[in-house]
Amino acid sequence: MGALDSRFFDLGAMDRLARQDTPLHRLDGRAKLLATLAFLVTVVSFDRYELSALIPFVVFPVALCLGGNVPGRWLWRKILLAAPFAVLIGMFNPLIDRQPLLTIGWWQVSGGWISFASILLRFALTVAAALALAAVTGFNNVCTALQRLGVPRVFVVQLLFLHRYLFVLVEETMRLVRARALRSFGRGTGLRAFGSLTGHLLLRTLDRAQRVHQAMSCRGFSGAMPALRPARFGGREIVFVLGWTSLFVALRCVNVSRWLGAAVLELWS
Amino acid sequence: MSHHLVEARDLHFTYPDGTPALRGVSFRITHGEAVALVGANGAGKSTLLQHLTGCLLPASGTLLIGDVYLDKKTLPVIRRTVGMVFQDPDDQLFMPTVGEDVAFGPLNMGLPPAEAQRRVREALAAVGAEHLIDRPPYKLSGGEKRAASIATVLAMSPNILVLDEPSSNLDPRGRRQLIEMLKTFTHTKIIATHDLDLVLDLCPRTIVLHKGAVAADGPTDAIMNDENLLRECRLEKPLRLQFRPE
Repeated sequence: MGALDSRFFDLGAMDRLARQDTPLHRLDGRAKLLATLAFLVTVVSFDRYELSALIPFVVFPVALCLGGNVPGRWLWRKILLAAPFAVLIGMFNPLIDRQPLLTIGWWQVSGGWISFASILLRFALTVAAALALAAVTGFNNVCTALQRLGVPRVFVVQLLFLHRYLFVLVEETMRLVRARALRSFGRGTGLRAFGSLTGHLLLRTLDRAQRVHQAMSCRGFSGAMPALRPARFGGREIVFVLGWTSLFVALRCVNVSRWLGAAVLELWS
Repeated sequence: MSHHLVEARDLHFTYPDGTPALRGVSFRITHGEAVALVGANGAGKSTLLQHLTGCLLPASGTLLIGDVYLDKKTLPVIRRTVGMVFQDPDDQLFMPTVGEDVAFGPLNMGLPPAEAQRRVREALAAVGAEHLIDRPPYKLSGGEKRAASIATVLAMSPNILVLDEPSSNLDPRGRRQLIEMLKTFTHTKIIATHDLDLVLDLCPRTIVLHKGAVAADGPTDAIMNDENLLRECRLEKPLRLQFRPE
């Protein structure tokens, strides 16, 4: 329950970061979204054994954090929180793919370990970029940007509501869990009680959904989420998107790590 | 014709599971009246409120709001006329910030953004919540949420205000502020509540619902002093009247 509590407050932390006022925050959400998408696509497009060429890409999340005043520790903790998923996806690679690809001293590194490391690195890069995007843009503005870029309204509205009612749902869940804990005395925490608890949560959520829908219809909702602020995609936005995209393409074509390594070795000798 | 008229004639409604909720409700509320709708749990208050906003349509009987009869086709007109404040502000405040939430109705009515902005400022000023405009709704206190949800409705400038349990979950000071605020509104007001002391403050007229029908409809003072009626309808004399020497 404590974990749930702190996670809940952490959700609010993301919104607080997004309400800061830096040049990066003031940039139109679409620009940041497009640059991040270009970043994601490039990072994912590499060969599965690629490691060195991926490393320079760290510049994008780092730049977002520095420019948007996002604390690195907060971001790192968030990445660790999601890390088990990536580990789960990659953990069988070392077992299946045992062909040696690389020798470091006495250690023969198999292809499986390298692809596993590559998965973890890609995961860290992509999640860091996505989180940094949300922290310098705000979840709601990301949704608005999605809509302005032509993503179907249904998805955007779903996302908006997911974010809005996450807080209500977490509070409701915490109330239920507390009420159960107060009367369970170490027993009563089994699967049966849990099933009933989640069932209740589902029913309450359905009821609430119905009431929210009524409240929306009463105020003339007809499928569109109206936007109050006009959006501006100006010169700064174009420079931002083009600048980052060309950097990603360049990094995709040239392995800077290897090039730097070679340069260092040459200087050494 | 007054746009502020609400007239129910013999409303009947039964829920799909067979529970009858309204059995012949009739009343007439005219321009500028403030009417309390009281009754026990399950007396049909909520069902009746949902009819007033067209969230439910009567199985039989008619509901006249302004000069329009409620049916599927007239829903948009009805919803401009009637502003409904829901019991749980979390149901009413669904947009990312309070300002956007208050703008939701006006923008859906097709007003240009500048006009909507003006309405947002006016509505928030009317409930004393201008400072909340950029705050996300889930960060507000109970009283602030209530004020914001009333503003969302005021921004649509309805002729008739319908409030469901407006004083629930408010601290005494917040409740008092709400009452003072509601006193300043000149709309026709229909307030469903268990808070009978609030009724004494705000509503000269009371309609008592009991088992889906109107048990009494008259001046609040007379009804709140009729102990037999109140007992039969599972209600109780307001605290303020209980200790008053007759």
